[in-house]
Amino acid sequence: MQQSPHSRRRFLGLAGGAAAASAIPMVIVRPADATPATLASAIRSVTGGAVVQTGKVKLDIPPLVENGNTVPMTVTVAHPMAAEDHVRSIHVFNEKNPQPNIANFQLGPHNGRAQVSTRVRLADSQRIVAIAKLSDGTFWSATADVIVTLAACTEDVI
Amino acid sequence: MASALINVPPKAKRGDIVEIKTLMSHIMETGYRHTTTGEAVPRDIITSFTCRFNGTEIFRADLFPAIAANPFITFFATVSESGKFEFEWTGDHGFSETASASITVE
Repeated sequence: MQQSPHSRRRFLGLAGGAAAASAIPMVIVRPADATPATLASAIRSVTGGAVVQTGKVKLDIPPLVENGNTVPMTVTVAHPMAAEDHVRSIHVFNEKNPQPNIANFQLGPHNGRAQVSTRVRLADSQRIVAIAKLSDGTFWSATADVIVTLAACTEDVI
Repeated sequence: MASALINVPPKAKRGDIVEIKTLMSHIMETGYRHTTTGEAVPRDIITSFTCRFNGTEIFRADLFPAIAANPFITFFATVSESGKFEFEWTGDHGFSETASASITVE
């Protein structure tokens, strides 16, 4: 009787320790997916190492989605679309899908407004990055964090 | 069978910016899924979407497996003359579909 609270405390302590120990490898061991390093290299392949400034781009995506299989997304660039000064392309990247690219959109002065919408798949809660390339060669970006309840892409075919 | 849905306003004033909405029915199989027996399901996606207005390319998109099934893409176009928008989707396993929509500019 005297022993039992003590042993219970020790058991809880051990259990807590075991949970903490098992949590650490879960963080370190990542599947072969688009880690921030592959995200960075995918961005570099578009920008060629040029400086990417924050601003001009607006990335509209719900902050919390239930189903990662279809997530509406809109990218708007607050920039004129004149023949001599326009948005040349919009590139969208992700952090944790199996591939870092989501889509590339090539625009021109014919578009009038630099805005595109589509629906994307997200395999995990992660950060989305949209980068716009202007005709003067500068790059502008916006990021958005999305929490996904049901992941896409990797589930089994039934 | 693949089929496209296009939404382009039938009429516009000269110089208007019109919104163009496109939807193409396609499975967009990512290539990252497995069957219950463990076999990988081969990738089958649309890789490219192009829009031309009276023969001039005005919009192009490169798509990746991260695009949801039945790719829905909307964008804008400035219209200065009446004409025809032509849309083309191409993808894996020789997938190729086209659609068109006309607009009258007053």
